[in-house]
Amino acid sequence: MSEAHTATISVLVENSPGVLVRVAGLIRRRGVNIHSLSVGPTENAAVSRMTIVVDTPPERTEQFAKQLRKLVEVRRATAVDGQQTVDRELALVKVNANPGTRMEIMEIANVFRANVVDLTDRTMTLEVTGKGEKVDAIVSLLAKHGIREIARTGQATLVRGAQAT
Amino acid sequence: MAKQIVSAPAARRRTSRATKMTGAQVLVETLRRERVKVLFGHPGGASLPIYDALYDATDIRHVLVRHEQVAAHAAVGYARASGRVGVCTATSGPGATNLVTGITDAMMDSVPVVAITGQVPRPVIGNDAFQEADVTGVTMPITKWNVLVMRADDVARRVQQAFYIARTGRPGPVLVDIPRDVSQESCDPEFVDGIPVPEYRPVLDGNPNQIAAAAELLGSAQRPMIYAGGGIISGNASAELTALAERTRIPVALTLMGKGAMDELHPCCLGMLGMHGSAYANWAMNEADVILAVGVRFDDRVTGRLRDFAPRARFIHIDIDPAEIGKNKPAHVPIVGDAARVLAALAAQVRPPQIDPWWAQITEWRERHPFRYRQRDGQISAQFVCDLINRLTGGTAIVTTDVGQHQMWMAQWYRPRAPRSFISSGGLGTMGFGFPAAMGAKFACPDRQVIAVVGDGGYQMTMQDLITAVEHRLALPIIVVNNGALGMVRQWQTFFYRNRLSSSILRNPDFARIAEAFGARGIRVDRPEQVEPALRSALATEDGPCVVDVIVDPEENCLPMIPSGQSVAEMILDE
Repeated sequence: MSEAHTATISVLVENSPGVLVRVAGLIRRRGVNIHSLSVGPTENAAVSRMTIVVDTPPERTEQFAKQLRKLVEVRRATAVDGQQTVDRELALVKVNANPGTRMEIMEIANVFRANVVDLTDRTMTLEVTGKGEKVDAIVSLLAKHGIREIARTGQATLVRGAQAT
Repeated sequence: MAKQIVSAPAARRRTSRATKMTGAQVLVETLRRERVKVLFGHPGGASLPIYDALYDATDIRHVLVRHEQVAAHAAVGYARASGRVGVCTATSGPGATNLVTGITDAMMDSVPVVAITGQVPRPVIGNDAFQEADVTGVTMPITKWNVLVMRADDVARRVQQAFYIARTGRPGPVLVDIPRDVSQESCDPEFVDGIPVPEYRPVLDGNPNQIAAAAELLGSAQRPMIYAGGGIISGNASAELTALAERTRIPVALTLMGKGAMDELHPCCLGMLGMHGSAYANWAMNEADVILAVGVRFDDRVTGRLRDFAPRARFIHIDIDPAEIGKNKPAHVPIVGDAARVLAALAAQVRPPQIDPWWAQITEWRERHPFRYRQRDGQISAQFVCDLINRLTGGTAIVTTDVGQHQMWMAQWYRPRAPRSFISSGGLGTMGFGFPAAMGAKFACPDRQVIAVVGDGGYQMTMQDLITAVEHRLALPIIVVNNGALGMVRQWQTFFYRNRLSSSILRNPDFARIAEAFGARGIRVDRPEQVEPALRSALATEDGPCVVDVIVDPEENCLPMIPSGQSVAEMILDE
């Protein structure tokens, strides 16, 4: 999880079967772990964007992007580290909560601008959005209440300003 | 999800329509439009409709092999000898998986090949049907691109895309997997008239500022070298490379894949570098101050230990594949582009450097340590056989090799005069490649002398297809350099494993008699004076293959040698 050895690569791909496997296979072939991968449609229905965070030293990042560009289905691959970017991740955190602990958990949620999206007499589910570090921070604060489940989307990134990612 | 590579523009592109055809008929018509004359293959259940369509295609010659691996290697030999796309075909499951080695070979050596495989019918895909294998899954990391065609309407476009991708930019293998019911399905074929993958257009012209910087660097160099590889041959840049060398007098070292990229008798050409390259080429690289690397990938068999490779040099690196630049060694002047175009632009502006002292040094190295070999009494030296093949052909034949000692000896002693004359499995190092590749080359160039030079180990991996060469009456000498061992394995065991010869000594059949049983000529020689008459006779054989089993000195090692992962300083020169 150390930030020093992760690299973020934003990839625009053809929206077609097998592309995810090609991208993942290319990374796997080099023995590199995928830290997170988020994928979804873009403004162009024929194109999807993947934001891939890999555990790889910075000097290998550009080589990674170049190899990705060799895939015929990849339209664009950008190593975004070192650029001004907006990075966001969404997490759903289901935590143990009883009437006695609810207020404390909601205080934590307020500080992190998290939303309560589900509540039962024994659990509370929070939705939190932000940089990965922010999600890590709220998760560590909630830990003492007992986290039942977490679902994180993985990082999505765009370069700031008019420049394309 | 939309099942297409090309989405929005596809609808707008001009297409031409024909009348109703089956998917298999569309495939054959597309092959015809791609000007395919020969394909190598083996039929089976899932490709029956394709073979039925081929039955009517009298203008496309199908060469029936006896093992699909041979089809893939032959397609590679065909492509490398001719510069055209080689085509092979196999049925689903085991047929397709037998292509895998040959496809990987094409991937590693950047050879344009299209493999067409049958697949089980669509309704049973994924159900473990008889002879089903996930062939697009299996071949994903070993193809430049692949596709499973799920509609007959898509066959034409997909096959056109396959040929375009295989031959464009850095060439490579492409696989098209066609389910049997897609081959049988009736459709209105749509052929793409323009570029079938508009998004895929590699950069061809180098950046002018970078070319100017390269010209400046070369012009002021004192000890420059050109390090040229297979990209010169696949990019048809031999004339441009030679012109640049002649204008600047910069010495040229070739990789194994680059052999023939320049006339190896040219005074500027130092022949092959690397693990078993010439001592003088390696010494020159080691001392160079500027190296123009073009169409090469800084393979470990060339560089040895990377940090000690050409430690004094600044690199100009030209390649059509941007991912090669800086992959293994940082480039001071990176140039992405087509080798021929960039070299021509560079030659037009480079100022010839002052390098007389450099040439004096190289000449001294060359005289001090040329390639040489010993001939023990009564034994045939393998190098003598290679040297003799070179002398008898004058370097004008197309030779193919397997992998191992004989391959390196041929690389040292055979001096091709022109590109596409030395066809050897470089990156993958595939035993069993030489003979099928020679068949492919002979189909591509029936009027050229083609010679397969193979080892006794490698030959036995694909020998069964001798019958294919007999059937097609291919005038094909097959020289078996027979040392009764897996020679290179034996050599490494001798050098690095205290001569513990673990599973490297072969008990061999009588290759000459096997040839005769197939209906070919067979000659066995075991005395030095028999070699030349036997080779001359084999080279003159016109009506079919001729196997010459040459029993050579089993103890010979291939030298010089830079041990794996080491540097020029550790080069082993003599026994």
